[in-house]
Order: sequence, then structure tokens, then C-alpha cells
Amino acid sequence: MSLTAKDKAVVRAFWAKVSGKAEDIGCEALSRMLVVYPQTKTYFSHWPDLSPSSARVRKHGKTVMGGVGEAVGKIDDLTAGLLTLSELHAFQLRIDPANFKILSHNILVVLAILFPADFTPEVHVSVDKFLTALALALAEKYR
Amino acid sequence: MIPILTRTLAKSSRANMVEWTDEERAAISDIFSKLDYDEVGQKCLSRCLIVYPWTQRYFGAFGNLYNAEAIMNNPLIAKHGTTVLRGLERALNNMDDIKNTYAELSVLHSEKLHVDPDNFKLLSDCLTIVIAAKMGTTFTPEYQASFQKFLSVVVSALGKQYH
Repeated sequence: MSLTAKDKAVVRAFWAKVSGKAEDIGCEALSRMLVVYPQTKTYFSHWPDLSPSSARVRKHGKTVMGGVGEAVGKIDDLTAGLLTLSELHAFQLRIDPANFKILSHNILVVLAILFPADFTPEVHVSVDKFLTALALALAEKYR
Repeated sequence: MIPILTRTLAKSSRANMVEWTDEERAAISDIFSKLDYDEVGQKCLSRCLIVYPWTQRYFGAFGNLYNAEAIMNNPLIAKHGTTVLRGLERALNNMDDIKNTYAELSVLHSEKLHVDPDNFKLLSDCLTIVIAAKMGTTFTPEYQASFQKFLSVVVSALGKQYH
């Protein structure tokens, strides 16, 4: 299920529309993940406050979406482009890759909420494929 | 002996029941009250067939599914979307016993339709996204959590009779 030229074009065009709200998207997606899939909170036991308004959640949402934006720029070779991030996730963060799928789903939900007219089924399939490819690239160094 | 057995059986069937808080019930009812089943059903099913094209394998008799536009304009798909939403409404109206309410539907999906139960999750995710687009920010994280729980119970009940 690799990214076609059409997928890449769709993702780039959609990202151009939404990247202005990247921080909001990231913060909202992260908050939803923590509320709807409470098992993900286990990775944040060192944070005192996991509410959406907390500065840490906001900052971390921005960090995560920064990574997504970086991936859009490297969409032609995600594995090579995200090598450092993969090492971070594999050796330091050691996040179970099943959680990438969970966060991706919540990103899609937030995109639907914030951009209901633009997040058409065609955009949805290309973005879903992209996030899946991104997750795969992130898991590259795990074993 | 018999009273003990009866108590044990009653206790174990209660243990299998899903517990819903008042907030969860209210959230799920509120979400359903905002849904036009024809609109949401059509959008949900067609989105699933477009985003996860392998799901089209179950719709060979539904006519033209050649591209996204064809799928979105297909009247048979639209009609079936409504059917799916009506099925979900049955779960809404029987929230304290979704498992038994869906026993026949589970047999249908397994024995007659031969649907891989993994597909239920794909359709659920599409439904969540369609509802999110419709409700906007009123689809709060708490609403999403309640609805996700409801869908998980539905999906589990649908898969129960597979063997």
C-alpha cells in the first residue's frame, strides 16, 4: 500500500491548507487520544497534568505535528528522512507501535472536525495511507 | 445446592454485562439524536468503501463502485448505509444487552455474509469520522470516548457468534 504520486500530491495540497493550525491539531489529537484510549496515558506518568489545557500537552502536540510536517516534506523517502526520529522512538521512548495507529486515528478525527468540507473521502484515504507509511518509518529501527 | 448455582449463574451474567455511566448514556443518545440516518449512513458506508477499498469485496451485487464518485452516488450503497444505522439504533435501544440483541445479526454476518470481523472496526472508524465532521467541536473528547466504547461493544457483539 505504498504512496502513489496522487497520494503525495493530495497530502501536500491538504497539508498546505491545514498546517497553519498544526499546533491546534496536535494538541487536540493528543488530548483526545489520552481521554478516549486511556492506556496511552501510561507513557505520560511523569506529567502531573494531562488535561487538554495543560502547557505540556499543548507543547507536545506541537512537537508531534512538527514531526508530521517534517514527514510531509520528506514524503518521497520517509524511511530515510525519519531515521533519527525512528531511533528516538525505538531506543529512548520505546512506544509500542500499536499506539501510532491510535494517534493517527485521532489526528483524522480532528481533521474531520476542523476541516469538514476539505477532509473528503479522497483526502481521507491519502492522508490515512500517509500516516500509516509514517508510522512504518517510525517503527523502522525497533528491531 | 440449586439456590447457590442460581446465584452464581446470575452473578456471572451480571459480571458479563457492560456498565454504562449516566454520562455515557446521555452522550450516546445525544449523538444519535443529531443523526440523519440516511445522510450519515450513506456517508459512512461510502467513506469505508473508498478509504478501505478491499471492503468492496462484500458489495459485488451493488453495481458501480468503480471510483469514489460512483460509490458516493450509488443508491444501493446509500440504502444499505441507512440499514446499518438502523441496526446501530437497535443497540442504542438495548444498551444493557447488546450482546443478545445482536446474536442473530452476528450469525447473519458470519454464516451468510461471511464478513471478516476486522471490517467492523474499519466501518466504526469511518462512522466516528463522519460524525466528527458533522458535529464539529460539539463532538468533545468525552463524547468521542463514550461513542468509542459503544462502538467497541457493538463490534464485539457482532463478532460473538463467529466460530
